[in-house]
Amino acid sequence: MSEEQIKNLEEQFEARILRDDKIEPKDWMPEKYRQTHIRQISQHAHSEIVGMLPEGNWITRAPSLRRKVALLAKVQDEGGHGLYLYSAAETLGISRDEMFEQLHTGKAKYSSIFNYPALTWADMGAIGWLVDGAAIINQVALCGTSYGPYARAMVRICKEESFHQRQGYEIMLKLSQGTQEQRDMAQDALNRFWWPALMMFGPKDEDSPHTAQSMKWKLKRKTNDDLRQQFIDQTVPQAELIGLTVPDPDLKWNEERQSYDFGEIDWDEFWQVVKGHGPCNKERMDARVNAWEGGAWVRDAAMAYADKKQERKAKQAI
Amino acid sequence: MSTKNWPLWEVFVRSKNGLEHRHFGSLHAADAEMALENARDVYTRRNEGVSIWVVESKHITASNPEHNGELFEPAQDKVYRHPTFYNLPDEIKHM
Ligand SMILES: [Fe+2]
Ligand SMILES: [Fe+2]
Ligand SMILES: [Fe+2]
Repeated sequence: MSEEQIKNLEEQFEARILRDDKIEPKDWMPEKYRQTHIRQISQHAHSEIVGMLPEGNWITRAPSLRRKVALLAKVQDEGGHGLYLYSAAETLGISRDEMFEQLHTGKAKYSSIFNYPALTWADMGAIGWLVDGAAIINQVALCGTSYGPYARAMVRICKEESFHQRQGYEIMLKLSQGTQEQRDMAQDALNRFWWPALMMFGPKDEDSPHTAQSMKWKLKRKTNDDLRQQFIDQTVPQAELIGLTVPDPDLKWNEERQSYDFGEIDWDEFWQVVKGHGPCNKERMDARVNAWEGGAWVRDAAMAYADKKQERKAKQAI
Repeated sequence: MSTKNWPLWEVFVRSKNGLEHRHFGSLHAADAEMALENARDVYTRRNEGVSIWVVESKHITASNPEHNGELFEPAQDKVYRHPTFYNLPDEIKHM
């Protein structure tokens, strides 16, 4: 293709997105669109499955059967979300193995929030309430993204997510109605997860170089700062309702903006965790790689069994 | 004259970008290319679609309705997979 032709295609492409036309796998797309989507969708997929680890740790220690089945169902959902997203990324020409390779070698990132430890049962409440709450805000915005398979996966995921946040909040609610020790536990979990949850929306707009391009492709429909503000405005009243205190001395309702003002996020911490120096980066990756390598014999056995069945069928046909 | 029958193909049509392909019906054709052409003639004469998939019917593995009990009933008592299972105060917003 000549440069002229490509430029033409690019212009048509941008025009399609502008009129809210969806892009489907076989449509022509700029290479950069393809690569950016592979990166974002696969990182989203990685976040879903790495996100299973901190909560998975607590399934056997859930305080009641009711809590246990709920947590189990949630973690199971997250595995499914990973699957939807990996499949959507595969439509762009990357293989599942390549994506796993990128995750396991540290080339691909996943949401930093999962590099924090889940220390007490209250953390299961805080994670469902805050982490899934923040994820839902991000994901609802993505339901209208321009890439068809990604948008469809998001719609499905959002539908399934709604119980995740509610089960988390219910845990917090119960703890906050409990003994002093239980209330302290809930408050402590909020203290530890509040700021990392705010960081889930990514750097400030002024430090987010890809925002303009992503907005243009509708890979982002709202900026990081807008989504973060939305999260804070929704979540603060939820904390108040159960008598918990958001750990931010600068948090204040701004009558004029009809929105909360809030304190400075520790961006050094954010970048440290992104670069691999969070409290659990190594532990999470070890767990992932272990699961992958430890499961190799199962994948091999399934393949061998399928081959054997095929052979038997072929023999019977003769 | 060949006595070989044309195989059966299942036809899936995407009616608009952004929507998934949906099963529209089936047809007989000698090969995939012909199935695609025929599907276009049979199923998209009134602008019903922007994309067509054809799959030879024998390649579709379908669940057996006789097994519906064991396949689908276990999901019926998993009420905790639904948001309504959780008891939250009425005042709660955005959840
Ligand atoms: Fe998620
Ligand atoms: Fe999820
Ligand atoms: Fe979730």
